[in-house]
Amino acid sequence: MSGHEFQSFFPDSGEVDMTDTSTSIDETTMAELRELAGRYPQPRSALLPMLHLVQSVDGRISPAGIQACADVLGITTAQVSGVATFYTMYRRRPGGTHHVGVCTTALCAVMGGDALLDRVSEKLGIGPDETTADGRFSLERVECNAACDFAPVMMVNWEFMDNMTPQKADALLDDLAAGKEVRSTRGATITSWREAERVLAGFPDGRADEGPSAGEASLLGKTIADANSWAAPKPEDAK
Amino acid sequence: MTDTLTPVLSANWGTEKSWTLEAYRKAGGYEAVATALKMTPSEVTDLVKDSGLRGRGGAGFPTGMKWSFVPKDNPNPKYLVVNADESEPGTCKDMPLLLASPHTLVEGMIIASYAIDCHTAFVYIRGEVLHVIRRMQQAVAEAYDKGYLGKDILGSGYDLDIIVHAGAGAYICGEETALLDSLEGRRGQPRLRPPFPAVAGLYASPTVINNVESISSVPSIVKNGSAWFGSMGTEKSKGMTLYSLSGHVKRPGQFEAPLGITLRQLLELSGGIRDGHELKFWTPGGSSTPILTAEHLDVPLDYEGMGGVGSMLGTKALQVFDETTSVVRTTLRWVEFYKHESCGKCTPCREGNWWLVQLLKSFEAGTAQDGDVEKLLDICDNMGGKSFCALADGAVACVTSAVRHFRSEFEAGRATPAWELFPYGRSALFEVQEKVEVHA
Repeated sequence: MSGHEFQSFFPDSGEVDMTDTSTSIDETTMAELRELAGRYPQPRSALLPMLHLVQSVDGRISPAGIQACADVLGITTAQVSGVATFYTMYRRRPGGTHHVGVCTTALCAVMGGDALLDRVSEKLGIGPDETTADGRFSLERVECNAACDFAPVMMVNWEFMDNMTPQKADALLDDLAAGKEVRSTRGATITSWREAERVLAGFPDGRADEGPSAGEASLLGKTIADANSWAAPKPEDAK
Repeated sequence: MTDTLTPVLSANWGTEKSWTLEAYRKAGGYEAVATALKMTPSEVTDLVKDSGLRGRGGAGFPTGMKWSFVPKDNPNPKYLVVNADESEPGTCKDMPLLLASPHTLVEGMIIASYAIDCHTAFVYIRGEVLHVIRRMQQAVAEAYDKGYLGKDILGSGYDLDIIVHAGAGAYICGEETALLDSLEGRRGQPRLRPPFPAVAGLYASPTVINNVESISSVPSIVKNGSAWFGSMGTEKSKGMTLYSLSGHVKRPGQFEAPLGITLRQLLELSGGIRDGHELKFWTPGGSSTPILTAEHLDVPLDYEGMGGVGSMLGTKALQVFDETTSVVRTTLRWVEFYKHESCGKCTPCREGNWWLVQLLKSFEAGTAQDGDVEKLLDICDNMGGKSFCALADGAVACVTSAVRHFRSEFEAGRATPAWELFPYGRSALFEVQEKVEVHA
């Protein structure tokens, strides 16, 4: 012992199982990765969408997925890994069928988000960044999701679950666990995290017409304006 | 005198299937494109310049002037990139806009692209909003089908492609140069300026980056004229804009009004603070804009008004907190956000936010030491204005303004935990079992 052995202060590889080399990436996936690369003036611009596609196929950013992106773009696996580790939506460990987010940035936290996270965590038996043993749920404490007028907010597979309460959260998780149909308050019927990732990659699922045009809070100003007969000036009056 | 509320961008949000091309056209959509394509590109730019439209993403830079910075003699392709990475805490206007009326943005993008001679434009949408991305993807596909995108748009000879791009979770990508790096398939880290994006942006080519609301305002300006736009708002802050009211108010929501409305007026419209409570503090435009108090209720919510009281208009995200709320707790949670979202490139931001969180946790736990308030401010002094981008400045703004207005709450953190001074359950919207929080 020289006394100078390297000692890391980080947990082992962020608990990534590097021995798990399983993958479902096949020739169809490779063709889709190439298609994504072809949509941009410069192929590397497609890397973020490509990584979303890898997650939709493998349920995580797999070593094989990193290799596939590197091969398609002609860059190194280190370059791909460098990008994959920068963005919070990319998971190094397998995500659940349903990925549940609870917003705990200041405003949501104060209005009940902290309590919601405790409740959800207790009910699922996992902490943030963990996945249930049956693979059904993963949990994340999300940062502000741009829905503050619907606080406190939760997300399921990146669909809005507005104006949450502990009771609503219980019912939501029960319904998802039972495989019942669950709808986002301002989105579509909940599918799965992997299907959501495929849309984010740039392959639409044809569900854009589901859900309302806007939530009640989004329409509040317009509703009040209508009730008072308020409107923008007419162009002819401004001349 | 204009009306108190002036819905333009939000006027069609409640209509049947408002997100479809058919519904948008029924409401007068895509008329402005036809008008713009008959003008010369520089006439379009001048019109937007004359309107006085300023960026709605936070900085308030004049939009038309930004367009005019694109060099005409640069041989590289020009690009338009729309920043739809809405992630600033409190900010929630662009997502409802895109959900309800994505074609407003598509139409604005066609006009803006034409004005700057761009043939490939991008929308960079944060990844965590699946349905918004679905609606945008479909809107762009519909626009291609009907000849508003692609080759020879409306027989004008002008070509444009729009690419809808999903991010992957990083607040910093809302910073325009970090966004460009991200769009190039890299880690989203800000670039040193100059060169500015107008000269060397995406792929080192001339690039205009505008906020969703800024570009979405353009069709109405083309349709109704710059005088019409200027007839709303104030001398230097012209036009209508979306104000987002959230927090301890009776009815939170989106309010489209002429620039210069006050928080008092908006609170009246939304029924005021929740029953039995009173206003304690608020942000005018997201967590990066210094907090204000009840004494600022009548200050006009425009670029000058907010600047005049030491804050900023920002994104017009009015987060309202009542007297049950601990300023220390709220500040800690905001700074935890900045710590989490710091890209790590610049030392003052990466390390400074980490230290601020440590200190703020001790204030929250009631274990702060004598002199820690000064230490907090000293760290802020070593962070502000010392990084490539403004992320650290945002963290500094919320800490220094919190100390300025509520210093005694920080001083109290030397003896009493914040959750004893302000039992956290009282701030929640539903019953929460109080518990003693223990921080290691």
